[in-house]
Amino acid sequence: MKSSALNSSGNAFPAPLIACDHLSCTYGNGTVIEGVDLSVHPGEFVGIVGPSGSGKTTLLKAMLGSIKASHGSVTRASGLSVAYVPQLETVDWNFPVTVGEVVGMSRPQKSWWPGSSSSERQAIEEVLERLGLGGLVQRHIRELSGGQQQRVFLARALIQKPDVLILDEPTAGIDVTTRHEILHVLADLNEGPPQGDGIAIVLTTHDLNGLAAHLPRLVCFNRTVIADGTPSEVLQPYFLERTFGAPMEVLQHGGMPIVLEQGSDELRLRLSRKGAS
Amino acid sequence: MIFAVDLWKPFTYEFFRNGLLIATLAGALCGLIGVFVVLRGMSYIGHGLSHAVFGGAALAAVLNLSYFLGAGLWGLASGLMIGRVARKRIIGADAAIGVITTASFAMGLALQARFGQAKQSIDAVLFGNVLGVFTGDLLAVAGVGILSVVVVVTLYRKLLFATFDPEVAGVSGVNVPGMEAVLMVLLSATILVTVRVIGVLLISALLVLPAVTARLLTNSFGRMLWLSPVLGAIFGGVGMYVSWYADVPSGAVIILAGTLVFIVVYTAVGVRRRGRVAGMDHHGPSLRAA
Repeated sequence: MKSSALNSSGNAFPAPLIACDHLSCTYGNGTVIEGVDLSVHPGEFVGIVGPSGSGKTTLLKAMLGSIKASHGSVTRASGLSVAYVPQLETVDWNFPVTVGEVVGMSRPQKSWWPGSSSSERQAIEEVLERLGLGGLVQRHIRELSGGQQQRVFLARALIQKPDVLILDEPTAGIDVTTRHEILHVLADLNEGPPQGDGIAIVLTTHDLNGLAAHLPRLVCFNRTVIADGTPSEVLQPYFLERTFGAPMEVLQHGGMPIVLEQGSDELRLRLSRKGAS
Repeated sequence: MIFAVDLWKPFTYEFFRNGLLIATLAGALCGLIGVFVVLRGMSYIGHGLSHAVFGGAALAAVLNLSYFLGAGLWGLASGLMIGRVARKRIIGADAAIGVITTASFAMGLALQARFGQAKQSIDAVLFGNVLGVFTGDLLAVAGVGILSVVVVVTLYRKLLFATFDPEVAGVSGVNVPGMEAVLMVLLSATILVTVRVIGVLLISALLVLPAVTARLLTNSFGRMLWLSPVLGAIFGGVGMYVSWYADVPSGAVIILAGTLVFIVVYTAVGVRRRGRVAGMDHHGPSLRAA
Protein backbone atom coordinates (compact mmCIF):
# COMPACT_ATOMS: atom_id res chain seq x y z
CA MET A 1 0.00 0.00 0.00
CA LYS A 2 3.01 2.27 0.18
CA SER A 3 2.65 4.13 -3.06
CA SER A 4 4.74 7.13 -2.12
CA ALA A 5 5.96 7.38 -5.70
CA LEU A 6 2.44 8.06 -6.86
CA ASN A 7 2.02 11.76 -7.45
CA SER A 8 -0.90 13.87 -8.53
CA SER A 9 0.33 14.22 -12.11
CA GLY A 10 0.33 10.42 -12.14
CA ASN A 11 3.00 9.88 -14.78
CA ALA A 12 6.82 9.83 -14.84
CA PHE A 13 8.27 10.61 -11.42
CA PRO A 14 10.09 13.90 -11.27
CA ALA A 15 12.82 14.15 -8.65
CA PRO A 16 11.25 14.65 -5.20
CA LEU A 17 11.37 18.11 -3.63
CA ILE A 18 11.59 16.62 -0.14
CA ALA A 19 12.42 12.99 0.59
CA CYS A 20 12.33 11.35 4.02
CA ASP A 21 14.36 8.16 4.02
CA HIS A 22 13.92 5.79 7.01
CA LEU A 23 13.53 8.93 9.09
CA SER A 24 13.35 8.70 12.88
CA CYS A 25 13.24 11.62 15.31
CA THR A 26 13.70 11.61 19.05
CA TYR A 27 12.56 14.18 21.61
CA GLY A 28 14.00 13.91 25.12
CA ASN A 29 14.14 10.16 25.69
CA GLY A 30 11.23 9.00 23.54
CA THR A 31 11.17 8.28 19.83
CA VAL A 32 8.39 10.34 18.28
CA ILE A 33 8.53 9.18 14.68
CA GLU A 34 10.18 6.07 13.37
CA GLY A 35 11.25 4.69 9.99
CA VAL A 36 9.34 7.19 7.88
CA ASP A 37 9.64 6.90 4.09
CA LEU A 38 7.83 9.75 2.40
CA SER A 39 8.53 11.96 -0.61
CA VAL A 40 6.90 15.12 -1.86
CA HIS A 41 7.08 15.78 -5.60
CA PRO A 42 6.55 19.03 -7.55
CA GLY A 43 2.92 20.08 -7.73
CA GLU A 44 1.67 17.56 -5.17
CA PHE A 45 -0.99 18.24 -2.52
CA VAL A 46 -0.46 15.86 0.38
CA GLY A 47 -2.58 15.54 3.51
CA ILE A 48 -1.16 13.81 6.56
CA VAL A 49 -3.86 12.44 8.87
CA GLY A 50 -3.46 10.96 12.31
CA PRO A 51 -4.60 11.43 15.90
CA SER A 52 -3.17 14.07 18.26
CA GLY A 53 0.23 13.07 19.56
CA SER A 54 0.95 10.84 16.57
CA GLY A 55 4.01 12.89 15.61
CA LYS A 56 2.51 14.79 12.66
CA THR A 57 3.96 18.13 13.70
CA THR A 58 7.32 16.47 14.39
CA LEU A 59 7.29 15.03 10.88
CA LEU A 60 6.60 18.49 9.42
CA LYS A 61 9.39 20.05 11.46
CA ALA A 62 11.79 17.33 10.35
CA MET A 63 10.83 18.02 6.73
CA LEU A 64 11.50 21.71 7.37
CA GLY A 65 14.84 20.91 8.93
CA SER A 66 14.09 22.45 12.32
CA ILE A 67 14.36 19.04 14.02
CA LYS A 68 17.34 16.80 13.37
CA ALA A 69 16.91 13.18 12.33
CA SER A 70 18.15 10.68 14.90
CA HIS A 71 18.18 7.98 12.21
CA GLY A 72 17.73 8.13 8.47
CA SER A 73 17.64 11.39 6.59
CA VAL A 74 15.59 14.18 5.06
CA THR A 75 16.78 15.38 1.66
CA ARG A 76 15.56 18.64 0.21
CA ALA A 77 16.20 19.51 -3.44
CA SER A 78 19.01 22.05 -3.66
CA GLY A 79 17.85 25.65 -3.65
CA LEU A 80 14.39 24.58 -2.53
CA SER A 81 12.34 27.30 -0.85
CA VAL A 82 10.04 25.90 1.84
CA ALA A 83 7.60 28.08 3.76
CA TYR A 84 5.79 27.06 6.94
CA VAL A 85 2.42 28.12 8.31
CA PRO A 86 2.23 27.23 12.01
CA GLN A 87 -0.86 26.12 13.87
CA LEU A 88 -2.83 29.21 14.92
CA GLU A 89 -2.87 27.96 18.51
CA THR A 90 0.88 28.50 18.77
CA VAL A 91 0.67 32.20 17.85
CA ASP A 92 0.93 34.82 20.60
CA TRP A 93 -2.12 36.94 19.78
CA ASN A 94 -1.21 39.57 22.36
CA PHE A 95 2.07 40.35 20.63
CA PRO A 96 2.08 43.94 19.35
CA VAL A 97 2.29 43.26 15.66
CA THR A 98 0.17 44.44 12.73
CA VAL A 99 -0.83 42.45 9.64
CA GLY A 100 1.76 44.34 7.55
CA GLU A 101 4.50 43.68 10.13
CA VAL A 102 3.75 39.94 10.20
CA VAL A 103 3.97 39.63 6.42
CA GLY A 104 7.05 41.86 6.20
CA MET A 105 9.10 40.17 8.95
CA SER A 106 9.93 37.17 6.78
CA ARG A 107 11.61 39.29 4.08
CA PRO A 108 15.36 39.67 4.51
CA GLN A 109 16.38 43.17 5.54
CA LYS A 110 18.32 44.44 2.55
CA SER A 111 19.59 47.74 3.95
CA TRP A 112 20.55 48.95 7.42
CA TRP A 113 17.18 50.66 7.81
CA PRO A 114 14.34 48.23 8.67
CA GLY A 115 11.48 50.10 6.98
CA SER A 116 9.93 48.55 3.87
CA SER A 117 10.93 49.91 0.47
CA SER A 118 8.10 51.00 -1.80
CA SER A 119 8.43 47.85 -3.93
CA GLU A 120 8.28 45.77 -0.78
CA ARG A 121 5.19 47.57 0.45
CA GLN A 122 3.65 46.93 -2.95
CA ALA A 123 4.53 43.21 -2.77
CA ILE A 124 2.93 43.00 0.70
CA GLU A 125 -0.19 44.80 -0.50
CA GLU A 126 -0.45 42.46 -3.49
CA VAL A 127 -0.22 39.28 -1.42
CA LEU A 128 -2.76 40.62 1.06
CA GLU A 129 -5.07 41.71 -1.73
CA ARG A 130 -4.85 38.31 -3.36
CA LEU A 131 -5.78 36.56 -0.12
CA GLY A 132 -8.70 38.90 0.46
CA LEU A 133 -6.98 40.87 3.19
CA GLY A 134 -6.72 44.17 1.30
CA GLY A 135 -6.86 47.27 3.49
CA LEU A 136 -5.96 45.40 6.67
CA VAL A 137 -2.21 46.22 6.70
CA GLN A 138 -2.47 48.39 9.82
CA ARG A 139 -4.77 46.02 11.74
CA HIS A 140 -3.55 44.26 14.86
CA ILE A 141 -3.58 40.46 14.40
CA ARG A 142 -6.10 40.01 17.20
CA GLU A 143 -8.63 42.25 15.47
CA LEU A 144 -9.25 39.69 12.71
CA SER A 145 -11.60 36.74 12.22
CA GLY A 146 -10.20 33.20 12.45
CA GLY A 147 -10.07 32.80 8.68
CA GLN A 148 -8.33 36.15 8.24
CA GLN A 149 -5.78 35.21 10.91
CA GLN A 150 -5.00 31.98 9.07
CA ARG A 151 -4.61 33.90 5.79
CA VAL A 152 -2.21 36.44 7.35
CA PHE A 153 0.21 33.62 8.16
CA LEU A 154 -0.38 32.16 4.72
CA ALA A 155 0.54 35.58 3.28
CA ARG A 156 3.77 35.62 5.29
CA ALA A 157 4.63 32.23 3.79
CA LEU A 158 3.65 33.20 0.23
CA ILE A 159 5.71 36.37 0.13
CA GLN A 160 8.78 34.11 0.38
CA LYS A 161 7.75 32.64 -3.03
CA PRO A 162 8.01 29.05 -1.82
CA ASP A 163 8.22 25.89 -3.91
CA VAL A 164 6.69 23.93 -1.05
CA LEU A 165 4.15 25.18 1.47
CA ILE A 166 3.85 23.26 4.72
CA LEU A 167 0.84 23.89 6.98
CA ASP A 168 0.18 22.46 10.42
CA GLU A 169 -3.54 21.90 11.05
CA PRO A 170 -4.70 24.83 8.91
CA THR A 171 -8.36 24.16 9.66
CA ALA A 172 -8.16 23.47 13.40
CA GLY A 173 -10.52 25.66 15.38
CA ILE A 174 -12.16 27.43 12.44
CA ASP A 175 -15.74 27.12 11.22
CA VAL A 176 -17.05 25.30 8.15
CA THR A 177 -17.26 28.33 5.83
CA THR A 178 -13.77 29.43 6.75
CA ARG A 179 -12.49 25.90 6.16
CA HIS A 180 -13.92 25.99 2.64
CA GLU A 181 -12.41 29.38 2.02
CA ILE A 182 -8.93 28.21 3.14
CA LEU A 183 -9.19 25.05 1.05
CA HIS A 184 -10.07 27.08 -2.04
CA VAL A 185 -7.12 29.39 -1.52
CA LEU A 186 -4.82 26.37 -1.16
CA ALA A 187 -6.27 24.72 -4.26
CA ASP A 188 -5.58 27.91 -6.25
CA LEU A 189 -1.99 28.00 -5.04
CA ASN A 190 -1.51 24.32 -5.84
CA GLU A 191 -2.95 24.53 -9.33
CA GLY A 192 -0.32 24.76 -12.05
CA PRO A 193 0.21 27.90 -14.15
CA PRO A 194 -1.30 29.90 -15.74
CA GLN A 195 -4.20 29.96 -13.21
CA GLY A 196 -2.27 28.94 -10.11
CA ASP A 197 1.26 28.94 -8.76
CA GLY A 198 1.94 25.20 -8.86
CA ILE A 199 3.17 25.23 -5.26
CA ALA A 200 3.48 21.78 -3.69
CA ILE A 201 1.47 21.64 -0.46
CA VAL A 202 1.82 19.42 2.58
CA LEU A 203 -0.62 19.78 5.45
CA THR A 204 -1.64 17.90 8.56
CA THR A 205 -5.21 17.50 9.69
CA HIS A 206 -7.39 15.32 11.83
CA ASP A 207 -10.47 16.36 9.91
CA LEU A 208 -11.06 13.26 7.77
CA ASN A 209 -14.36 14.12 6.08
CA GLY A 210 -14.17 17.89 5.93
CA LEU A 211 -10.66 18.13 4.56
CA ALA A 212 -8.68 14.94 4.02
CA ALA A 213 -11.20 13.20 1.73
CA HIS A 214 -10.97 16.12 -0.74
CA LEU A 215 -7.20 15.89 -1.26
CA PRO A 216 -5.51 14.00 -4.10
CA ARG A 217 -3.05 12.20 -1.84
CA LEU A 218 -3.37 11.12 1.78
CA VAL A 219 -0.90 9.69 4.24
CA CYS A 220 -2.20 7.88 7.34
CA PHE A 221 0.34 8.56 10.02
CA ASN A 222 0.90 7.34 13.53
CA ARG A 223 4.56 7.39 14.49
CA THR A 224 5.22 6.08 10.99
CA VAL A 225 3.52 5.90 7.59
CA ILE A 226 0.65 3.43 7.81
CA ALA A 227 -0.83 4.02 4.36
CA ASP A 228 -0.12 6.37 1.47
CA GLY A 229 -2.29 6.89 -1.62
CA THR A 230 -5.55 8.39 -2.83
CA PRO A 231 -8.37 8.91 -0.29
CA SER A 232 -10.30 5.87 -1.56
CA GLU A 233 -7.15 3.72 -1.28
CA VAL A 234 -6.20 4.97 2.15
CA LEU A 235 -9.51 5.63 3.92
CA GLN A 236 -10.21 1.98 4.66
CA PRO A 237 -11.23 0.47 7.99
CA TYR A 238 -8.01 -1.53 8.35
CA PHE A 239 -5.69 1.45 7.92
CA LEU A 240 -7.93 3.78 9.92
CA GLU A 241 -8.05 1.47 12.89
CA ARG A 242 -4.28 1.10 12.83
CA THR A 243 -3.90 4.88 12.61
CA PHE A 244 -6.49 6.06 15.12
CA GLY A 245 -6.57 3.00 17.37
CA ALA A 246 -10.37 2.80 17.12
CA PRO A 247 -12.62 0.86 14.75
CA MET A 248 -14.14 2.99 11.98
CA GLU A 249 -16.62 2.43 9.20
CA VAL A 250 -16.27 3.86 5.71
CA LEU A 251 -19.28 4.73 3.56
CA GLN A 252 -19.22 5.83 -0.06
CA HIS A 253 -21.14 8.94 -1.01
CA GLY A 254 -20.95 10.34 -4.55
CA GLY A 255 -17.62 8.61 -5.12
CA MET A 256 -16.15 10.02 -1.93
CA PRO A 257 -15.35 8.00 1.16
CA ILE A 258 -17.00 9.12 4.40
CA VAL A 259 -15.51 7.91 7.65
CA LEU A 260 -17.76 7.08 10.60
CA GLU A 261 -16.67 6.12 14.08
CA GLN A 262 -17.96 2.71 14.99
CA GLY A 263 -20.01 2.57 18.11
CA SER A 264 -21.33 6.09 17.64
CA ASP A 265 -24.87 4.67 17.30
CA GLU A 266 -24.60 3.00 20.63
CA LEU A 267 -23.28 6.16 22.23
CA ARG A 268 -26.11 8.21 20.76
CA LEU A 269 -28.66 5.74 22.09
CA ARG A 270 -27.18 5.88 25.56
CA LEU A 271 -27.11 9.64 25.62
CA SER A 272 -30.63 10.04 24.27
CA ARG A 273 -31.95 7.60 26.84
CA LYS A 274 -30.30 9.69 29.51
CA GLY A 275 -32.04 12.80 28.17
CA ALA A 276 -35.41 11.09 28.23
CA SER A 277 -35.25 9.85 31.81
CA MET B 1 9.77 85.78 38.59
CA ILE B 2 11.25 84.30 41.74
CA PHE B 3 9.30 81.12 40.96
CA ALA B 4 10.84 80.77 37.50
CA VAL B 5 14.32 81.26 38.87
CA ASP B 6 13.57 78.62 41.47
CA LEU B 7 12.57 76.07 38.84
CA TRP B 8 15.79 76.76 36.97
CA LYS B 9 17.96 76.63 40.05
CA PRO B 10 18.97 72.93 39.99
CA PHE B 11 20.34 73.41 36.47
CA THR B 12 22.97 75.76 37.80
CA TYR B 13 24.67 72.79 39.45
CA GLU B 14 26.87 70.67 37.22
CA PHE B 15 26.23 67.47 39.20
CA PHE B 16 22.51 67.96 38.67
CA ARG B 17 22.90 68.51 34.92
CA ASN B 18 25.01 65.35 34.72
CA GLY B 19 22.48 63.46 36.79
CA LEU B 20 19.59 64.62 34.65
CA LEU B 21 21.41 63.66 31.47
CA ILE B 22 22.34 60.19 32.69
CA ALA B 23 18.87 59.53 34.13
CA THR B 24 17.29 60.48 30.79
CA LEU B 25 19.74 58.36 28.80
CA ALA B 26 19.40 55.40 31.18
CA GLY B 27 15.61 55.67 30.93
CA ALA B 28 15.74 55.65 27.13
CA LEU B 29 18.15 52.70 27.05
CA CYS B 30 16.09 50.67 29.51
CA GLY B 31 12.99 51.58 27.49
CA LEU B 32 14.53 50.24 24.28
CA ILE B 33 15.86 46.97 25.70
CA GLY B 34 12.72 46.70 27.85
CA VAL B 35 10.62 46.12 24.70
CA PHE B 36 12.38 42.79 24.23
CA VAL B 37 12.45 42.06 27.96
CA VAL B 38 8.66 42.42 28.11
CA LEU B 39 7.81 40.67 24.85
CA ARG B 40 10.13 37.73 25.50
CA GLY B 41 9.18 37.38 29.16
CA MET B 42 12.76 38.12 30.24
CA SER B 43 11.91 40.41 33.14
CA TYR B 44 12.90 37.77 35.66
CA ILE B 45 16.26 37.42 33.93
CA GLY B 46 16.74 41.18 34.16
CA HIS B 47 15.80 41.10 37.82
CA GLY B 48 18.24 38.25 38.42
CA LEU B 49 21.10 39.76 36.45
CA SER B 50 20.93 43.03 38.38
CA HIS B 51 21.17 41.11 41.65
CA ALA B 52 24.09 39.09 40.32
CA VAL B 53 25.84 42.29 39.28
CA PHE B 54 25.48 43.58 42.83
CA GLY B 55 27.59 40.68 44.15
CA GLY B 56 30.24 41.39 41.54
CA ALA B 57 30.19 45.11 42.27
CA ALA B 58 30.64 44.51 45.99
CA LEU B 59 33.52 42.16 45.36
CA ALA B 60 35.14 44.63 42.97
CA ALA B 61 34.83 47.43 45.57
CA VAL B 62 36.41 45.32 48.32
CA LEU B 63 39.25 44.21 46.06
CA ASN B 64 39.69 47.73 44.71
CA LEU B 65 39.01 46.58 41.15
CA SER B 66 37.16 48.61 38.57
CA TYR B 67 33.38 48.34 38.91
CA PHE B 68 32.81 47.54 35.26
CA LEU B 69 35.44 44.80 35.29
CA GLY B 70 34.28 43.14 38.51
CA ALA B 71 30.55 43.44 37.97
CA GLY B 72 30.82 42.63 34.27
CA LEU B 73 32.81 39.43 34.77
CA TRP B 74 30.62 38.39 37.67
CA GLY B 75 27.45 39.00 35.67
CA LEU B 76 28.85 37.01 32.75
CA ALA B 77 29.79 34.10 35.02
CA SER B 78 26.32 34.12 36.58
CA GLY B 79 24.68 34.12 33.16
CA LEU B 80 26.72 31.11 32.07
CA MET B 81 25.96 29.26 35.30
CA ILE B 82 22.23 29.93 34.91
CA GLY B 83 22.39 28.51 31.41
CA ARG B 84 24.23 25.45 32.64
CA VAL B 85 21.90 24.69 35.54
CA ALA B 86 18.78 25.35 33.46
CA ARG B 87 19.96 23.01 30.69
CA LYS B 88 19.73 20.09 33.12
CA ARG B 89 15.95 20.51 32.75
CA ILE B 90 15.22 19.04 36.17
CA ILE B 91 15.62 22.55 37.56
CA GLY B 92 13.65 25.23 35.70
CA ALA B 93 15.43 28.35 34.44
CA ASP B 94 13.48 30.57 36.86
CA ALA B 95 14.58 28.48 39.83
CA ALA B 96 18.17 28.44 38.55
CA ILE B 97 18.10 32.24 38.32
CA GLY B 98 16.64 32.37 41.82
CA VAL B 99 19.42 30.26 43.32
CA ILE B 100 22.43 31.72 41.55
CA THR B 101 21.58 35.41 41.54
CA THR B 102 20.22 35.47 45.06
CA ALA B 103 23.38 33.78 46.31
CA SER B 104 25.35 36.44 44.49
CA PHE B 105 23.19 39.17 46.03
CA ALA B 106 23.65 37.64 49.51
CA MET B 107 27.38 37.65 49.04
CA GLY B 108 27.17 41.32 48.13
CA LEU B 109 25.14 42.05 51.28
CA ALA B 110 27.65 40.16 53.45
CA LEU B 111 30.55 42.10 51.94
CA GLN B 112 28.66 45.33 52.43
CA ALA B 113 28.00 44.57 56.11
CA ARG B 114 31.65 43.67 56.66
CA PHE B 115 33.25 46.46 54.63
CA GLY B 116 30.30 48.78 54.10
CA GLN B 117 31.66 51.74 56.05
CA ALA B 118 34.67 52.09 53.84
CA LYS B 119 32.97 51.19 50.61
CA GLN B 120 30.17 53.61 49.96
CA SER B 121 30.02 52.67 46.30
CA ILE B 122 28.38 49.36 47.27
CA ASP B 123 25.51 51.37 48.69
CA ALA B 124 25.24 53.31 45.46
CA VAL B 125 24.79 50.09 43.51
CA LEU B 126 22.02 48.97 45.82
CA PHE B 127 19.87 52.08 45.70
CA GLY B 128 21.31 54.02 42.81
CA ASN B 129 22.94 57.39 43.09
CA VAL B 130 22.43 59.69 40.15
CA LEU B 131 24.17 62.58 41.82
CA GLY B 132 27.39 60.67 42.28
CA VAL B 133 27.71 60.13 38.55
CA PHE B 134 31.14 60.25 36.96
CA THR B 135 32.00 61.04 33.37
CA GLY B 136 32.87 57.36 32.96
CA ASP B 137 29.30 56.33 33.80
CA LEU B 138 27.91 58.87 31.39
CA LEU B 139 30.12 57.62 28.59
CA ALA B 140 29.28 53.99 29.40
CA VAL B 141 25.52 54.60 29.25
CA ALA B 142 25.88 56.61 26.04
CA GLY B 143 28.11 53.92 24.50
CA VAL B 144 25.77 51.03 25.32
CA GLY B 145 22.85 53.19 24.17
CA ILE B 146 24.39 53.84 20.74
CA LEU B 147 25.39 50.18 20.38
CA SER B 148 21.84 49.08 21.26
CA VAL B 149 20.24 51.43 18.75
CA VAL B 150 22.60 50.30 15.98
CA VAL B 151 22.01 46.59 16.73
CA VAL B 152 18.23 46.92 17.08
CA VAL B 153 17.90 48.92 13.85
CA THR B 154 20.18 46.79 11.67
CA LEU B 155 18.83 43.46 12.99
CA TYR B 156 15.25 44.75 13.30
CA ARG B 157 13.45 42.14 11.18
CA LYS B 158 15.41 39.19 12.50
CA LEU B 159 14.90 40.30 16.10
CA LEU B 160 11.18 40.78 15.49
CA PHE B 161 10.79 37.43 13.72
CA ALA B 162 12.83 35.54 16.34
CA THR B 163 10.86 37.18 19.17
CA PHE B 164 7.38 36.78 17.70
CA ASP B 165 7.69 33.36 16.13
CA PRO B 166 11.03 31.63 16.84
CA GLU B 167 10.01 28.32 15.26
CA VAL B 168 9.12 29.74 11.86
CA ALA B 169 11.96 32.27 12.03
CA GLY B 170 14.42 29.38 12.39
CA VAL B 171 12.92 27.61 9.40
CA SER B 172 13.07 30.85 7.38
CA GLY B 173 16.80 31.17 7.89
CA VAL B 174 17.00 33.41 10.96
CA ASN B 175 19.70 32.42 13.44
CA VAL B 176 17.36 32.33 16.46
CA PRO B 177 19.91 31.32 19.13
CA GLY B 178 22.18 34.06 17.74
CA MET B 179 19.43 36.66 18.13
CA GLU B 180 18.78 35.44 21.68
CA ALA B 181 22.48 35.79 22.48
CA VAL B 182 22.58 39.31 21.03
CA LEU B 183 19.63 40.33 23.23
CA MET B 184 21.19 38.75 26.33
CA VAL B 185 24.44 40.67 25.73
CA LEU B 186 22.54 43.95 25.25
CA LEU B 187 20.44 43.30 28.37
CA SER B 188 23.52 42.50 30.46
CA ALA B 189 25.38 45.55 29.20
CA THR B 190 22.34 47.75 29.87
CA ILE B 191 22.04 46.51 33.44
CA LEU B 192 25.76 46.86 34.00
CA VAL B 193 25.88 50.54 33.00
CA THR B 194 22.56 51.70 34.45
CA VAL B 195 22.48 49.84 37.75
CA ARG B 196 24.64 52.41 39.56
CA VAL B 197 22.26 55.13 38.42
CA ILE B 198 18.94 53.47 39.20
CA GLY B 199 19.91 50.85 41.78
CA VAL B 200 19.76 47.05 41.86
CA LEU B 201 16.41 47.06 43.57
CA LEU B 202 14.72 49.33 41.02
CA ILE B 203 16.34 48.55 37.70
CA SER B 204 13.96 45.76 36.73
CA ALA B 205 11.05 48.19 37.09
CA LEU B 206 12.69 50.63 34.66
CA LEU B 207 13.14 47.76 32.21
CA VAL B 208 9.44 46.95 32.33
CA LEU B 209 7.50 50.20 32.93
CA PRO B 210 8.21 52.13 29.71
CA ALA B 211 7.69 49.02 27.58
CA VAL B 212 4.36 47.97 29.10
CA THR B 213 3.10 51.57 28.95
CA ALA B 214 4.10 51.76 25.27
CA ARG B 215 2.42 48.40 24.66
CA LEU B 216 -0.85 49.81 25.98
CA LEU B 217 -0.55 52.75 23.59
CA THR B 218 0.19 50.84 20.39
CA ASN B 219 -0.47 47.52 18.65
CA SER B 220 2.54 47.88 16.36
CA PHE B 221 6.00 46.52 17.15
CA GLY B 222 7.69 49.28 15.14
CA ARG B 223 5.87 52.04 17.03
CA MET B 224 6.41 50.36 20.40
CA LEU B 225 10.14 50.31 19.67
CA TRP B 226 10.44 54.11 19.58
CA LEU B 227 7.62 54.93 21.98
CA SER B 228 9.12 52.90 24.82
CA PRO B 229 12.54 54.68 24.84
CA VAL B 230 10.79 58.05 24.63
CA LEU B 231 8.66 57.16 27.66
CA GLY B 232 11.74 55.82 29.47
CA ALA B 233 13.60 59.07 28.84
CA ILE B 234 10.63 61.08 30.13
CA PHE B 235 10.36 58.92 33.26
CA GLY B 236 14.10 59.30 33.88
CA GLY B 237 14.23 63.05 33.27
CA VAL B 238 11.05 63.97 35.11
CA GLY B 239 11.80 61.61 37.99
CA MET B 240 15.26 63.09 38.38
CA TYR B 241 13.96 66.63 38.34
CA VAL B 242 11.19 65.96 40.85
CA SER B 243 13.58 64.14 43.16
CA TRP B 244 15.55 67.37 43.53
CA TYR B 245 12.52 69.06 45.12
CA ALA B 246 11.12 66.04 46.92
CA ASP B 247 14.50 65.29 48.45
CA VAL B 248 13.97 61.58 47.80
CA PRO B 249 16.46 59.21 46.06
CA SER B 250 16.17 59.72 42.31
CA GLY B 251 15.71 56.03 41.47
CA ALA B 252 12.59 55.85 43.61
CA VAL B 253 11.07 58.98 42.07
CA ILE B 254 11.85 57.76 38.54
CA ILE B 255 10.00 54.50 39.18
CA LEU B 256 7.11 56.29 40.90
CA ALA B 257 6.79 58.71 37.98
CA GLY B 258 6.71 55.76 35.57
CA THR B 259 4.16 53.91 37.67
CA LEU B 260 1.92 56.98 37.78
CA VAL B 261 2.00 57.34 33.98
CA PHE B 262 1.36 53.60 33.61
CA ILE B 263 -1.70 53.78 35.84
CA VAL B 264 -3.10 56.77 33.97
CA VAL B 265 -2.56 55.09 30.57
CA TYR B 266 -3.88 51.77 31.81
CA THR B 267 -7.08 53.37 33.04
CA ALA B 268 -7.58 55.51 29.93
CA VAL B 269 -6.82 52.69 27.47
CA GLY B 270 -8.95 50.24 29.41
CA VAL B 271 -12.00 52.40 28.80
CA ARG B 272 -11.18 52.89 25.09
CA ARG B 273 -10.37 49.19 24.44
CA ARG B 274 -13.60 48.02 25.97
CA GLY B 275 -15.40 50.35 23.57
CA ARG B 276 -13.47 49.01 20.58
CA VAL B 277 -14.02 45.35 21.39
CA ALA B 278 -17.71 46.00 21.93
CA GLY B 279 -17.83 47.82 18.59
CA MET B 280 -16.26 44.86 16.79
CA ASP B 281 -19.06 42.55 17.81
CA HIS B 282 -21.31 44.23 15.25
CA HIS B 283 -19.14 42.91 12.43
CA GLY B 284 -19.84 39.33 13.35
CA PRO B 285 -16.56 37.41 13.26
CA SER B 286 -15.59 36.40 16.74
CA LEU B 287 -12.31 37.30 18.32
CA ARG B 288 -10.21 34.24 18.93
CA ALA B 289 -9.52 33.45 22.52
CA ALA B 290 -5.91 33.82 23.57
